[in-house]
Amino acid sequence: MKQKESRKRFRRVMQEFCECAMHLLFLLCGIVSVAFVLFISVYLIISGIPAIREVGLIPFLFGTTWAPTAKTAEPSFGILPFLLTSVYGTAGACLLGVPIGILTAVFLAKAAPPKVAAVIRSAVQLLAGIPSVVYGLVGINVLVPAIQRAFHLASGACLLTAILVLTVMILPSIINVSETALRAVPREYEEGSLALGATEIETYFRVSLHAASSGVATSVVLGAGRAIGEAMAIIMVSGNVPNLPSLFGSVRFLTTAIASEMSYASAGSLQRQALFSIGLVLFLFILLINAVLNLALKRRAN
Amino acid sequence: MEKLSLRRRLTCGVLRGLMYLAAGLTGALLVFLIGYIFVRGLPNISWELLSTQTSYLRGTVGILPNILNTLYIILIAMVVALPVGVGAAVYLTEYASNPRAAAAIEFAAETLTGIPSILFGLVGMLFFIQLLGLKQGILAGGLTLVIMILPTVIRTTQESLKTVPQSYREGALALGAGKFHMIRTVVLPNAVDGTVTGCILAIGRIVGESAALLFTAGFGLVLNGFRDALQSSSATLTVALYVYASERGETDVAFAIAAILMVLTLLLNLAAQLAGRKLKRKE
Repeated sequence: MKQKESRKRFRRVMQEFCECAMHLLFLLCGIVSVAFVLFISVYLIISGIPAIREVGLIPFLFGTTWAPTAKTAEPSFGILPFLLTSVYGTAGACLLGVPIGILTAVFLAKAAPPKVAAVIRSAVQLLAGIPSVVYGLVGINVLVPAIQRAFHLASGACLLTAILVLTVMILPSIINVSETALRAVPREYEEGSLALGATEIETYFRVSLHAASSGVATSVVLGAGRAIGEAMAIIMVSGNVPNLPSLFGSVRFLTTAIASEMSYASAGSLQRQALFSIGLVLFLFILLINAVLNLALKRRAN
Repeated sequence: MEKLSLRRRLTCGVLRGLMYLAAGLTGALLVFLIGYIFVRGLPNISWELLSTQTSYLRGTVGILPNILNTLYIILIAMVVALPVGVGAAVYLTEYASNPRAAAAIEFAAETLTGIPSILFGLVGMLFFIQLLGLKQGILAGGLTLVIMILPTVIRTTQESLKTVPQSYREGALALGAGKFHMIRTVVLPNAVDGTVTGCILAIGRIVGESAALLFTAGFGLVLNGFRDALQSSSATLTVALYVYASERGETDVAFAIAAILMVLTLLLNLAAQLAGRKLKRKE
């Protein structure tokens, strides 16, 4: 009898221990994902700072020549060409992609017959899943020659081509998120507007789109984030030369600067450290975009 | 009915036209993309391409190593990310009594989704290769991707954990089950579909990833066994596409790989949709 009792107690202790252990294990899993973010931030900052220190913040950010391996002259580490190219490229892609994306989203959410909408919706989802190198491949084989011919250029690999590729790549995020926001608009708003004599089109664009504006803003920010972080598709179509950006000139983005030079920058060299600093600048850009996104979301919650 | 003014009719007409134009453009774009890739890629897919490795002596190109590398990377990334991701999701929905901790984890997961993959590649290279001394290869690449896909796994699992009715939990606890016992036997089995959806999405991301793998998994096109591939430079399908297209000028091979990737993307999309539908039906 006594033995049975103590065995029972032992089992209960064991069970409690097990519960406790599992609780800790699950907590650990959660902590790991937080740790990764902290770790990435800290690591990017730590490895990005030495080169900025050595070159100097102003010459690094605003220098216009990037010649890290120059032999005859002093090597120069100015990333303004990359910075401007990334900003222009993202702005250009948004300029083209946002109207197309929002119009398509309105069509899908409001005007399209359900069957057509379902087909286009799954098509858009597929568009989002296509690997970025595939976009790059189609870009060099279709867009580059087409633009070369259309504008009589020496080479079609230029900022314009990159903007076009980026436009296609950010369309899915803009369409998906905007459509979800548009669907969430209360039916009464639209009915009210229709009852007051507005046409359907006027209702969609004046009332629904207005009511969904913070969701639409979120989609644009997401699209911009995707555009500024894209590397592999545009490395193939942008010519990859560190020029100050011009629409028909070969350019290099922040992302492609890292991708194209990392493989041959020797370990410990200032060039390699400067590439880490470019990574840090890119990271700060993304954090800024995230902050804007959170602000938009908070406004929506209110 | 009173007729609308000319200006209003004009605005409506133009807006409607633009709307159809935009939707048509999006549709046409997709049809063109898929058509173009298949037309240029499918004729170049041959058994030889799929079953051999590139040989300079014979002058032939084969992508078997890249197919295997892709599978290896999926294997490694999923083996690590699945338990950790599911664990984090369980903690968030079942245990987290401290809302601040839960908020911190969710914020972290969301921030992770926004980081561009080239930065993952950069950090992966710094940490796994420079600091831990791994060689470029499947192991370093797979571990880098773990960080990338964690948020996806966490979020989808969490979504489906939330759909498990509270009464199931209460019933199990009332019958005397411990918390972990309850989670293992009642909650998790009912949340399998969400986890499966998350896995499919994560695999889709791994298959399409290239920038994060350039410096972590490397460019190697040589056939290796699993254990050798772990620590030797190994290109996945996407990286191989990049190498063939931009450095070797083998456009036909690149298009063949692109066609294969498109088929994979289509299949994974379909699978995710099916799993998602099943999840929705349960709700």
